[in-house]
Amino acid sequence: MAELNILEAIRTAMDEEMERDDQVMVLGEDVGKKGGVFGATEGLFAKYGHKRVLDTPLTEGMIAGAAMGAAVYGLRPVAEMQFADFVYPAFNQIVSEISRIHYRSNGTFSAPMVIRMPYGGGVHGALYHSQSNEGYFTHTVGLKVVAPGTPADAKGLLKASIRDPDPVMFFEHKKTYRLFKGQVPDGDTVVPIGKADVARSGKHLSIFCYGFMRTCALEAAETLAREDGVEAEIVDLRTLRPLDTETILASVAKTGKALVVHEANRFGGFGAEIAAEISERAFEQLDGPVTRLAGPDVPGVPYHHSLEDWYMIGPARIVDAARKLAAY
Amino acid sequence: MAQTDIRPRHQELGLSDDDVLGMYRDMLLARAVDERMWLMQRAGKIAFIISGQGHEGAQVAMSWAMRKGQDWMAPYYRSIASAMTFGMDAEDIITAHLAKADDVSSGGRQMPGHYGGAPYNIVSLSSPVGTQVLHAVGIAMGAWVRGDDVVTMTQFGEGTSNQGEIHEAMNFAGVHKLPVIFVCENNGYAISVPLDQQVAGSSVAARAVGYDMPGVVVDGGDVLACYAATKEAHDRARRGEGPTLIEAHVVRLTSHSSDDDQRRYRDPEEVAALKERDPIPQFAAELRAAGVLTDERDETMRAEIKSLVNEASKRAEARPEPTPEDAHERVYAEPIPGGGTAVPLAPIDGGH
Repeated sequence: MAELNILEAIRTAMDEEMERDDQVMVLGEDVGKKGGVFGATEGLFAKYGHKRVLDTPLTEGMIAGAAMGAAVYGLRPVAEMQFADFVYPAFNQIVSEISRIHYRSNGTFSAPMVIRMPYGGGVHGALYHSQSNEGYFTHTVGLKVVAPGTPADAKGLLKASIRDPDPVMFFEHKKTYRLFKGQVPDGDTVVPIGKADVARSGKHLSIFCYGFMRTCALEAAETLAREDGVEAEIVDLRTLRPLDTETILASVAKTGKALVVHEANRFGGFGAEIAAEISERAFEQLDGPVTRLAGPDVPGVPYHHSLEDWYMIGPARIVDAARKLAAY
Repeated sequence: MAQTDIRPRHQELGLSDDDVLGMYRDMLLARAVDERMWLMQRAGKIAFIISGQGHEGAQVAMSWAMRKGQDWMAPYYRSIASAMTFGMDAEDIITAHLAKADDVSSGGRQMPGHYGGAPYNIVSLSSPVGTQVLHAVGIAMGAWVRGDDVVTMTQFGEGTSNQGEIHEAMNFAGVHKLPVIFVCENNGYAISVPLDQQVAGSSVAARAVGYDMPGVVVDGGDVLACYAATKEAHDRARRGEGPTLIEAHVVRLTSHSSDDDQRRYRDPEEVAALKERDPIPQFAAELRAAGVLTDERDETMRAEIKSLVNEASKRAEARPEPTPEDAHERVYAEPIPGGGTAVPLAPIDGGH
């Protein structure tokens, strides 16, 4: 076991996978000598050279499209989008090409590749360095979407993503990069894609979350237990697609109440999918309205700290929403 | 005394008589298959056609310079002759147009003209134009990372040359001197909009200078010039000297597609004059002048091709149709819950 933060866990995962398989390469803006703007690829350039750790021109579409070409050719590219907010020039490649090549070629071509993207707010990044845009990608069939919330999951899921035969969008909440350390198993421990983690067991209500919201929800659960005697079950989804509906429904069957929490804005967000799944398949188990707690429907996280605080979801808001739901 | 001082052009290029006859045959075959597709479309067997007629000279010549089974190709929607020269046969093409279950390109999932074939290193094509050019560069990047002796060719039209992805691809290939050949098949029209309203300065090749690579212009009716330019680009790529952009001036002999009527935007005289630039008679004349092709040989070849296309059509039509049950398969390389599932999952047991 090692004590790592999420950033170190991600770096370790890439290092180990590059060492294990010489077809794994990293490409993106500033990933080479600089080691990435957040430091996720630090040390890899010196160890693996300028071809396998490739500084690309500043063109996200090229990063995604060339990564797909290399994946089709048989490599295992790990592409970095400097911020999830900057992925849109690559949207055509991701949605039209990367997600569809397997289906459209009747399974004869595949794009085994990972696109890593720092996402999320709370870092004074404003409208264009704070977005939680996972919903665009969960809606796109052909992609897998992963969003870890702990160092161990970050490492294990990134290793699984690199080995996966399908394209994976890997969302890293940038606020969590250095927020805390956690125990990370040494060596080749892979966390399977598609399995949620019951981060805290409880009986009164279920909170479904991912990424940074796991940390917030766990803190909220302690407050609820201490002040209200409410035992919240925290389910960290870890993978958004494929979604572990079994674990979600089992938790709802146990608690009868579901609160879905995400930082992305509410309308048409990923929470709606979870809510719909619960409503369709666990209606008889419900003891209260399936509730969403999500970012406000504004075009982005505004900059000024008071505005950003207004946008962000933290433990206090989760406590409030949970109290209302628990009262049913 | 033998006339040894002037050798035919193809011999100067290292091509044998069999090579050039093979190229000519590939052009005739691609044209014959293309024409058969139109007949099948008119007969209601195929919903849509997008043609390569007029592009065959450039396509066959350029693909001829590539090594089958070793090099890679990322084609575009007019690449019928390129795809055939690079490995797809008449039956593959017709089967794909008929969208049969075992069509090598897509198993009936894609529209006609979306070429692709994993056994031939031909990357599956989508419809948003220009995306394939980045895939070609990515394959070239993969070969460069691995140190493989592989050259990738990609084709696109002059309208598509305006897409940002093309410029991103050429810039990236120029920066790292990647082994890739960019081919712009300039037929003067992007559906209905002519070159001078698509490309500032009307030269696609001129754009190459901004990406540190040669920009070569060739007459798409001059088959051997197309071959020579591509051979040089291929050699350059293999020497590690980087990419080349080749702009081939070709003619679009048909409307953009079976859903288009070019008489709405082209003068009748202009359309009538296109036939003079058809690459097939031009190449036939050159081969006759070189003493390689005789009328008899030409007729035999055409007769053989006609019967080959008839047979290929019959076999393709007899192939099985895809079934809706299969449409949920091969969504992911590794099937996932909820991936490709159309039927709502059942409610969980129990409840109040």
